Amino acid sequence: MYRDNSKLLQAALVVLVFFIVTGGWEFYVWVSETPAFVLPAPSVVGKQLFSLLGNAMFWDNFWVTMYEVLMGYVLGILIAVVLGVLISQIRLLDLSLMPYIVAFQTIPSVALAPIFLQWFGYGLASKIVMAALIAFFPMLVNVIAGLQASGRDEVQMLKAFGASRLQILLKVRVPNSLPYVFAGLGLGVVFALVGAIVAEFVGAQKGLGKMILQFNEQFNIAGMFAILIVLAAIGMTMHSIVGMAKRRVVFWAGDH
Amino acid sequence: MDSISQPLIRINNLCKTYPTRSGDTVALDKVNLDIGDGEFIALVGPSGCGKTTLLKILAGLEGGFSGEARLGNVAITKPSLEVGVVFQEPTLLPWRTILENIMLPVELVRMDTKTYTKRALELMEMIGLKGFENKYPRELSGGMRQRAGICRALVRDPKVLLMDEPFGALDAMTREFLNAELQRIWMRAGKTVVFVTHSIPEAVFLADRVVVMSPRPGRISEIVPIGLPRERKLGDLAHAGDELARIRGHFADSSMID
Repeated sequence: MYRDNSKLLQAALVVLVFFIVTGGWEFYVWVSETPAFVLPAPSVVGKQLFSLLGNAMFWDNFWVTMYEVLMGYVLGILIAVVLGVLISQIRLLDLSLMPYIVAFQTIPSVALAPIFLQWFGYGLASKIVMAALIAFFPMLVNVIAGLQASGRDEVQMLKAFGASRLQILLKVRVPNSLPYVFAGLGLGVVFALVGAIVAEFVGAQKGLGKMILQFNEQFNIAGMFAILIVLAAIGMTMHSIVGMAKRRVVFWAGDH
Repeated sequence: MDSISQPLIRINNLCKTYPTRSGDTVALDKVNLDIGDGEFIALVGPSGCGKTTLLKILAGLEGGFSGEARLGNVAITKPSLEVGVVFQEPTLLPWRTILENIMLPVELVRMDTKTYTKRALELMEMIGLKGFENKYPRELSGGMRQRAGICRALVRDPKVLLMDEPFGALDAMTREFLNAELQRIWMRAGKTVVFVTHSIPEAVFLADRVVVMSPRPGRISEIVPIGLPRERKLGDLAHAGDELARIRGHFADSSMID
């Protein structure tokens, strides 16, 4: 019961904060007569968002960005899993590749966006590659950490009962790595969105990032805010899908 | 067991050295021990006396030793189907139910699932885990989990049960209760047991012979036969004063016990 009550309380507080902030914002814009191309009132942003949602052009751009994000995410995750398994299982790869991966990770990946534009063009490919690259690193690190996390005790127990290397990998290391894997999946999904938007900023024909730039040129700040709200909604939805999958798959691990 | 006609386990001049930063540590130094079929052996001694190393060698988990350990006619070099191991921690896999955990050793060597599921269920009933088949480890108490660990070690019906301080992490009450249970299981199942423990009363209560080991280098200092008749009760320890005193005598320097 306590849990339910505290959840209810939290929901009430979140709604309260929303009304205080938007109310205060609305009031400030109204009193100070700030022009909409500097700071639009929440009501104007809401109207803009509403009209966007009824606009076929918006949905066209929406699906382009979603496609980039999901393709990039899946690509980055798959490569990270394959590479992570290989690195964690083959010592030679671990020794030879890890220093490069650590070094490469220190490069701000978004700085590569202009290069990808050169290599992969103004179409979807450069965005997918960018999203994949940014989603890749947290996933790789988590896969390796997860596969190496298995307790010595559990591995020894399996050995004592005659398990092969493959059995130890499949029956202990892989299940043990899943909480880490889901941490990587949760980060990766948000990072992939960042990657796609940044890549669109650098040069794109379509997409939500491209729309932000267009609205900016038109001094349509309300439109930019509306897209930001859409992006936040995408990020939260995908993150909570990963969270739900995690609770189902890794049912034995506590919430954290 | 006074005389051993045909030992099941023969340990012959076993030596094991670990390299450490400050030179080599001799974990086992010329250890000789014969263990009869169906015998209950307890290994006691302070940390560093090599009792866990000895157990690991018997389990086939530790190589790089000189001398020999034989199980039946075979030199031990790798884990054997004839050996079941119970660890200090139950090490149950949290994503498996209790029954799935107990069946793991069967699954690993692809034995017949049907036959051994039946056996697992019988074991669970014998050890008081009936009704917990589909529970997950986190839903069980520490004592219950360790019982599941014992079932897992017994599920393939091995000849030998190796136990490494299996009740060390449990509270005193649960521990005494499980000691009595273990004696009962051993009497019924007729396994050969090698049981490592820190507790002298536990060793005397359970074992036919208590093997006292001393550290640096790890050696057997004495083998004390325990004459108490079976089935032993906890109160019987009062009649084993001589044995208890003899074993304790080896640890007169109490700082050796941890």
